[in-house]
Amino acid sequence: MLYAFYIASAVAVISTLGVITGRHAVHALLYFIISLLAVAMIFLLFGAHFAAALEVIIYAGAIMVLFVFVMMMLNPGPRSVRKERHRLSPGTWACPAVLALILTAELIFLLASGTVGFHDGTAVTPREVGMALFGPYLLGVELVSILLLAGLVGAYHLAWRLGVSRADGAGEGRQS
Amino acid sequence: MNGIPVEQGLIVAGLLFVLGVAGVLIRRNVLFILLSLEIMLNASGLAFVVAGARWLQPDGQVMFVFILAVAAAEVALGLALILWMYHWYGTLDGDRACSMRG
Amino acid sequence: MFELIWLIPLLPFAGFAVLALAGSRLSRGVVSVIGTGSVGLSAALAVATFAGFSISPPPGNAYVLPLWRWVTVGGFSPQVSLCLDALSAVMVLAVTVVSFFILLYSSEHMAREEGFSRFFACMDLFVGSMLTLVLADNLLVLYLGWEGVGLCSYLLIGFRYEDSANVRAANKAFIVTRIGDTALAIGLILLFIQLDTLSIREILVQAPQRWSPDSGVAVWAALLILGGAVGKSAQLPLQVWLPDAMAGPTPVSALIHAATMVAAGVYLVARTHVLFTLAPSVGGLVAVVGAVTLLMAAASALAQSDVKRVLAWSTISQIGYMFLALGVGAWSAAIFHFMTHAFFKALLFLSAGVVIAALGEERDMGRMGGLRRDLPAAFWTFLIGASSLSALPLVTAGFYSKDLILFMAWTSGTGGPWLWAAGIAGSFLTGLYAFRMVFLIFFGERRTAPAERPGRAVTIPLVVLAFFSLVSGFLQMPAALAPVTIFSDFLSRSLPPLRGVPVSFTTEVILFLDAMIMPVLGIAAAWWLYLRRPGLPERWAGTAAGSALRRFWHSGWGFDGLYGAVFVRPFTSFARLNRDDAVDLIYGGLAWYSAGLSSLLTRTQSGRLRRYAIGIVAGVVIALGLVIWFKESP
Repeated sequence: MLYAFYIASAVAVISTLGVITGRHAVHALLYFIISLLAVAMIFLLFGAHFAAALEVIIYAGAIMVLFVFVMMMLNPGPRSVRKERHRLSPGTWACPAVLALILTAELIFLLASGTVGFHDGTAVTPREVGMALFGPYLLGVELVSILLLAGLVGAYHLAWRLGVSRADGAGEGRQS
Repeated sequence: MNGIPVEQGLIVAGLLFVLGVAGVLIRRNVLFILLSLEIMLNASGLAFVVAGARWLQPDGQVMFVFILAVAAAEVALGLALILWMYHWYGTLDGDRACSMRG
Repeated sequence: MFELIWLIPLLPFAGFAVLALAGSRLSRGVVSVIGTGSVGLSAALAVATFAGFSISPPPGNAYVLPLWRWVTVGGFSPQVSLCLDALSAVMVLAVTVVSFFILLYSSEHMAREEGFSRFFACMDLFVGSMLTLVLADNLLVLYLGWEGVGLCSYLLIGFRYEDSANVRAANKAFIVTRIGDTALAIGLILLFIQLDTLSIREILVQAPQRWSPDSGVAVWAALLILGGAVGKSAQLPLQVWLPDAMAGPTPVSALIHAATMVAAGVYLVARTHVLFTLAPSVGGLVAVVGAVTLLMAAASALAQSDVKRVLAWSTISQIGYMFLALGVGAWSAAIFHFMTHAFFKALLFLSAGVVIAALGEERDMGRMGGLRRDLPAAFWTFLIGASSLSALPLVTAGFYSKDLILFMAWTSGTGGPWLWAAGIAGSFLTGLYAFRMVFLIFFGERRTAPAERPGRAVTIPLVVLAFFSLVSGFLQMPAALAPVTIFSDFLSRSLPPLRGVPVSFTTEVILFLDAMIMPVLGIAAAWWLYLRRPGLPERWAGTAAGSALRRFWHSGWGFDGLYGAVFVRPFTSFARLNRDDAVDLIYGGLAWYSAGLSSLLTRTQSGRLRRYAIGIVAGVVIALGLVIWFKESP
């Protein structure tokens, strides 16, 4: 089980690397989907079956699809690929890389000092999760539903406005 | 050797989070920045689930559900805004969306 | 009778007040009546007071009129009071009579100027201040009058202020006399600290009691008072302002810079004579200053071509004679010479003014000539004035006063043959330059034609002053001639009598003859150089040595250049260096610094998303670092 964990983690990290260094937007998205699937695997190893299912269905299945739709709407072509390559010059990523490395070092240092314990794969069943959601965390669930409503309304409104102004501009689309 | 060390799970979450941070800092294309934000959210969700599993409590997964909902709402609105930005500035370059003088 | 002496300075002040407030609305006739009349009334009162004083003098030979107490602060409570004694009676009489005639002259001479009422207002203010100075019983009141005459001198030199050269001359006069005024002020402070009083009579009584002769404090007190006198009377080393002060109108030069203000220094020293007898070294310095100045100024007068500048240098020279007399302890002789000098110098200036105005403001003697038939009044009065100046023997007043000074220079206890020799040489030079003026202006061929003739308001003062220039000398005659000592007897009521080492009769006769011969020699030399051989002086001035000497004397022995290099230029270059105000730079620096910091801080608000994100991440890194840091130490 430990080796499965290591393999899944490696896949997740490498594919995430591929996301942040990708030139083509769709490629980056696909890498991310792979990363999500690897993380779902880790969830399974830790006995969080419900979380793993949700990860795949909602995160990889809904959110990423939304990303893909918008990406297709924006229609990145070979020109955008060249632009991305041009934008990722060494001067751009030197400082953030340094910061990220320092952050990594600090996190690992903090997390690795002291033992927390071992997990042997005992599952926390969806039943328990459901009982918790509709028990102590009921208020949170309701708030989340309102949040989703707000997101829905906001997205609808923004899109409608966009449609109106596009019509005013006589549909002159500006290529990126 | 009867299980996965929980710290290592957390370390993986940390690594993914840092990669997300690096992505936000490095990329100029707002789409990629949004994507990196998703990476960060995902990583924090992983951390929650691992922690909850350690104590064999459902609270970790409950938090993960909430994070998922937040991520969904945020992505929806964020993409709408990105479309607006594309309509307004004609480019997806984040640095171009700056009207400060000085 | 004497209770009215407060009216004597008040009448001119009242005239000033009326003219200053309402003068521009009054007609010229009214203005001149107010201006001249106030001084005229003052003069009449002065004559009456003088007559009363000489016939029945008040007890103690001095009448003190306390007016009011100025302030009482701590131990300092000066009294504003006036004192009439023999010295101030003579001064008041001379000042008011001469001022009256000069104001009468200027009512016609200045008739075409704008600022006519301003002129008379300033002149009245001046006469009032001078009378305050002379009648003062308290050194503070004297200083008030001192400052007042300095102010009026500045106002009147720069009377035609549209021309910046006049303004510069006025500034120069004021600043140079200010140096003297400061010395006088410090001297006053010293006297007050040492003697606790500023009343003149008190000081003259207390000082010999409390100070020993030639002690430090006596020397310093006398020296500081001498400093003030030197500034106002234009002696070495502060004589540089008087020739430039000729930029003012002619009546101003006549009144202020010849007859009255420049004699204020002489009056001051005579008033405080006890301090000078208490410090004989300073007395000797006074005599030396007088002797050197009179020679230097006479040489400079010889090289000038502007007639008013010749007269200015001549004034400096004659006041040098007065200082010489003061230095050797012949106080009454100095006052006698002051009186005769007031008459003939005012006369010279006024008649020169007639010539200048008639030739259309032409002052260069090289462009005058042959005017004796065109301007007869001016010619005769100028001739009388020049003769009195040169001390033409026996008929002019100047002869008697100058001879007295020379006699006292030889015979007084602190005098000596060198001082006498300087005086004699000076009288030769005086005759030379005085008659140089006469011959250049009134003889020879005419170069500029006169445009107008003077009227009555101008001629009357000229005649009266000419009369006094001839007659006033008969008040005091040398012993070799006739034992007439009216003047010194009168003044000996207030000043120490003229006492000299007795000399033999032959010495007296020789001194007398020398005093007679030298002026005549000077006049003869002038006649020969300027009338018989007119080309000779130009040929001498044409040689290299001659022209250098001429330039040197013309510039007043280079004092202007010296002061300019030593004082004026360093000061102005430092002022230019500090043009941006070093202290201001500190405050400017603060503003500049904070602006710089602000612009640095502005860079953090760049509006770029990734910059802000980097900021957040950096903050997180630092926070975690702190956690690790503090986690280390258990």
